[in-house]
This record gives sequence, structure tokens and C-alpha cells, in this order.
Amino acid sequence: MDIQNVHPFVIFFAAITTNNILLTNFLGMCSFLAVSKDLKSSLGLGAAVIFVSTFTAPINWLVYHKLLVPYELEYLQYIAFIIVIAAFTQIIEMVVERVSTLLYLTLGIFLPLITVNCAILGCALFLVIRQYTFMQSIAYGLGAGTGWALAIAALAGIRTRMEKKSKVIPELEGAGIALVITGIIAMAFIGFSGIVRIN
Amino acid sequence: MSNGPVKGFDAFKRMLWEENPVIGQILGICSALAVTNLVKNTMVMCLGLIFTLAMSCLTVSLMRNVIPRRVRMIIQVLIIAAYVIFIKIVLDAFLPEISNELGPYVGLIITNCIVMGRTEGYAMANKPYDAVLDGVGAGIGYSLVLLPIAIIREPLGLGTFFGMQVIPSDWTKWNMMVIAPSGFFALATYIWIVRALKSGGEKR
Repeated sequence: MDIQNVHPFVIFFAAITTNNILLTNFLGMCSFLAVSKDLKSSLGLGAAVIFVSTFTAPINWLVYHKLLVPYELEYLQYIAFIIVIAAFTQIIEMVVERVSTLLYLTLGIFLPLITVNCAILGCALFLVIRQYTFMQSIAYGLGAGTGWALAIAALAGIRTRMEKKSKVIPELEGAGIALVITGIIAMAFIGFSGIVRIN
Repeated sequence: MSNGPVKGFDAFKRMLWEENPVIGQILGICSALAVTNLVKNTMVMCLGLIFTLAMSCLTVSLMRNVIPRRVRMIIQVLIIAAYVIFIKIVLDAFLPEISNELGPYVGLIITNCIVMGRTEGYAMANKPYDAVLDGVGAGIGYSLVLLPIAIIREPLGLGTFFGMQVIPSDWTKWNMMVIAPSGFFALATYIWIVRALKSGGEKR
């Protein structure tokens, strides 16, 4: 099936389930492991990732296809993408800080973290590699962010419960057990792979 | 993280074991999981990361007195991105197949937390010579984690090693070892073993 003909909604769904950016592409692991100790900050970071990826994906699509391709500057894509992402998070941080203190405290503090979150940059790079159209890139950005947020919320929920109820081998505590749980969640997500097939 | 400045060869050595960036600080996990199903790709990735770390630590350290503090993050990212573009171009020219397979993960060296962590945490405050040693140490420390994982995953999953058949072809392949979840389990097991060794050493 030609990728250009796939409905954006299918891409959105695939990005959440079968091609979950965290569970199958391992992107954004650093902040995933560091923040998932606590459910509330996980949800905050998840929301911030959804927001940033939804907006930077189409912006990066425009930058790549309307600016870099016409001038044959494709090799500059990494620098262009990282500048777009850094600038976008910076601007949003300033706006949020002015507009609402409450929103700043729940979402704003995570924005600097997101600049170096590989999920956002990975999202931009996949757009180019998989040759999505503009609408598909919006859907993909939204889906990838949602999938990431879903995974971190699931892990945070399990970790908080586990801390209360069970005893972990001391050497596996922290990152080790988080990786094991993530592996099991990833196995569960493989169950989705029959639903939609998209690369 | 460390008490007092660590200089010269010590900066290199501590990265291999005591403060190994992957095991000790849980950084750079993304690529550690994604590329380790083939030994060849892992080698290329490790060499790429060592190169990026050495060069960007050197550059940041040389420029440390002229970089304004407020914009230092973005300048560091741009320096790193420049070297990653260099790697990408070299890979495309000489190893196009591997470059294709690695796909976005070469570009993702930019957001690999190890590189940012070393430039921000060490190179910004130290002399070029120490910074390069520290960077190369971190890169080799990273490779010391990735290579063993790849060496276990590839033969079990595909029956090959470095692309060559090493296990007889009537061996039932563990498809599990090639796909995503086994990466998580392999890394968790590795962390477990290393930490057990470390805590065993402390008790003695």
C-alpha cells in the first residue's frame, strides 16, 4: 500500500499502538525512566510531549519540504529540526509563564526537558524517512505524543503501586525494574500488531 | 556527581566502570536498545558516538570561555549536530546500507543524553585535554554496555554473528530476541549483573 494514500486517522492509530514511539522505537527513554516514579509529573510531562510533538511535527514538515528540499539543503535537516524544536519549546515556555502560573507549574517546567527528548526529534526524522504528507504528519505527531504519554502513564501507575505493595531485588531497583516492566508492556503492545500494518 | 575536579586519565577511567553513563547514570538508553539487535550496526553506532563525544567535548571545551551562559545549551546542541551531520554524510558515502538500517538513530545521537551530559557537565568547566579523555571514556563506557548486549541478541535471534552464520541453521531462532521487548529485558539483566558485581565488591 502506498503511504500517501493512507488515511491520517490510520496513521494516528498506528502511531499509538503498533508503532508506539517508545515501546517499539525506544525513543524518549531517558526522561521516561527518570520521571515515571511519580504519576502526577508523568501526566504533566506526557501532556507537554503531546502538545510539542503535535505542533513541531507539521512545522518540521514545512521546514523540510518547503525550505530544505527546494534549496537542496537536506543534509542540514538535523540542525534545522533541532532549532525548530528548541525555539518552539522556548517560545511556548515564555508564553505559558506569562499567561497562567498554574499551567506553567504543571506543564512549563517540563518544556526545557523536552528539547532534548529524543521522541520529538525522532518524530521529525520519521516524517522524512516515511515520506508522510502534511496531514499525515499532524496525525503522526499527535499519535506519537499520545502513545508516549500513554506508556509513561502506564509505567508510572505500575511503579507507584509496586513501591507500596512489593519488594524488588535491591540490584534491580529503580531503572532495572522499570525496564522489565516496560518490556512486558511492549510485549502486550505487540498484540496490537495485527490491527494496522504501517511502516 | 564527583568530589573535586577529576583530571586526565582518571576522567577517562571512571567512565568505564564507576560512572558508566548507561549503567550508572541511565543515560543514552534509546540507542542502547534500538540498535543492539545486530552487532555490525552496534559497532558503527558506538564508533559514531565516540567520535561525536570526543569532538564535541573538544570544541565545547575550547570555546568554554566565549560561550555566553544563557544560551549555552543551544550552542552545545548545534556543535553536536554539526558533528552528527558529518558522521551521517560519511556513512551515506561509505556504508550506505548500514546508514539505511540505522535510519533515524544516527541523527538521534544529537539528543543522546550522554553527549549533552558530558559537554554540559564536564567540558564546559575543564581543559580540552581532560575533556577529550572524558568524552572518549564515556563513549567507550557506552560501547562496553552495547556490544555485549548485541553479541547476545544477534546470535540468539538470527543465528548469525556479524552477519555470518554461527549457529547451525536447524537452530530454532528466538524471534523474541530481535524485536523490541527483548531489548528491555537484556538491558535490565545487564544492569542487574553489573550492580550485583558492584555491590559485591563494596561488601568485601
